[in-house]
Amino acid sequence: MTLPALGWQGLVVLATFGISLLIATYCTYAERVIAAFLQDRVGPDRAGPFGLLQPLADAVKLFTKEEFFPAGANRALFVFGPCLAMITALMSSAVIPFGNFLQFGDTIVHLQGIEINVGMLYVFGIVSLGVYGIMIGGWASNNKFSLLGAIRAASQNISYELAMGLALIAVLMMSGTLSLREITLQQTHVGGGWHLSDIFTWNVFKQPLGFVIFIVCAFAETNRTPFDLPECETELIGGYHTEYSSMKMGLYLFAEYVNVFVATAVMSVLYFGGFNYPFQYEFLDFLTNKTSLSADWAHNIFVLMGVVAMFAKIFTGIFFFMWVRWTLPRFRYDQLMRLGWTILIPLAIFNILLTGGLITFGVIQ
Amino acid sequence: MESLSKRAKVLEKKPMTLAERAYLPAIFQGLSITMQHFFRAATKKQVTIRYPEETRPFSPVFRGLHVLKRDEAGRERCTACGLCAVACPAEAITMVAGERKKGEENLYREEKYAVSYEINMLRCIFCGLCEEACPKAAVYLQADKMAPPRFERDEFIYGKDRLVEPVTPDNRSKRGIQLTPEQADKLRAQLA
Repeated sequence: MTLPALGWQGLVVLATFGISLLIATYCTYAERVIAAFLQDRVGPDRAGPFGLLQPLADAVKLFTKEEFFPAGANRALFVFGPCLAMITALMSSAVIPFGNFLQFGDTIVHLQGIEINVGMLYVFGIVSLGVYGIMIGGWASNNKFSLLGAIRAASQNISYELAMGLALIAVLMMSGTLSLREITLQQTHVGGGWHLSDIFTWNVFKQPLGFVIFIVCAFAETNRTPFDLPECETELIGGYHTEYSSMKMGLYLFAEYVNVFVATAVMSVLYFGGFNYPFQYEFLDFLTNKTSLSADWAHNIFVLMGVVAMFAKIFTGIFFFMWVRWTLPRFRYDQLMRLGWTILIPLAIFNILLTGGLITFGVIQ
Repeated sequence: MESLSKRAKVLEKKPMTLAERAYLPAIFQGLSITMQHFFRAATKKQVTIRYPEETRPFSPVFRGLHVLKRDEAGRERCTACGLCAVACPAEAITMVAGERKKGEENLYREEKYAVSYEINMLRCIFCGLCEEACPKAAVYLQADKMAPPRFERDEFIYGKDRLVEPVTPDNRSKRGIQLTPEQADKLRAQLA
């Protein structure tokens, strides 16, 4: 890789970082507005137009709150917990392809932090690490409610990671690769033909059962309602972040939204064709042949539209997460475990067998 | 045993069907309900009253903060008869009566007037019995004002300084409702 290319790639990494944080920031606002609308309320509308500056006001509030350390808490781990939660949440967005590559003459810029051929495994590894942030924070608080929340988080994540991984194996069997970029590129037709079928090349139509299992597990992995047992206000006060205040609390809340962002991004890459959009090749054809743009710029506009499509899918996903949160009540702990172990895992294994059978008999590739 | 009313319902406890056990149909039903509310919030007028800009209108028969009225010539109507204090079930009203001196005819309507007139707003239950007892139509409970919260208890004892209606027509009220500019002009013409 040449030096300017490295510089560009660094910019992409920084942009990914910034966008993750920005989206997490505005998720706090979106969550409140969506909650309000779903409940026939108004929502935050005081800070700035439509309350758009509300996240800023919240950040100022969190920064100026008292830094509180509970008596008997392990201070080092108490600080380390939220840091770890935030770091792992941010790290996982590094391998997500937000678009194909931009071209400036000889320089090619991939719109992806890092392209590694084990992208999916990397995401999985990092997401599994994320639960340590919650566990360490909950344990270091020296509070029984925090500890209970932490234990719940740990057991819940372990249970649902299994089903999630099994649901993914079916996708990987079809794609034959772990690279998120490759998986995205496979979900499209190349060349001529009727391109509305671009949509039907998305994995969600080939793996409907796997997708349902994956999305249920994604809710559990990000600790969102109906699986937000670790923070469960009604039983555990605030769960693992009961003792946290100020920006350490903010980091936990932020990490949750970054996790939601990453989960929806992974979901759109795996099941909704990532940066592919309907009629994309006709659009490229139009740009190159019908307009006076150079070949590079025609390609770049085509790719940037893909980035827009990717973010549209992500925002739809985030909206869905919030929509579900304000619709479904929380599961009971035993229901959660029964759903994970006796329903989702057998279903996921059945899905693998089904996919294997269909591939063997050549129905799908 | 036969039930007394014969209205008891027999509840059948059936095992859940597959669709019920799969959660998903019920979940989609719930999602569609919340989505309807989402679009209703975006299109229909919301019931929320955005407080500092909008206020909920009081009922026309609302009984709020008391006022001691003046007559058309701007004289205090109260004659300190004490009927309001007698009528008051909460014993919130105290007054000291005095005799009108010569030259004070433009201040007090009757020969006897209230030198001091105090209502303890913490005792008052805003029942309106003082208003009904008053033979001189002097005390009214305003329909648009409430006793505001304060820090000290003694600040809730309202004396004549805060009870008696202001002299200027623009600040006058008609049964507690602020006069419109036209009404104020009419009153000013009467007074002149």
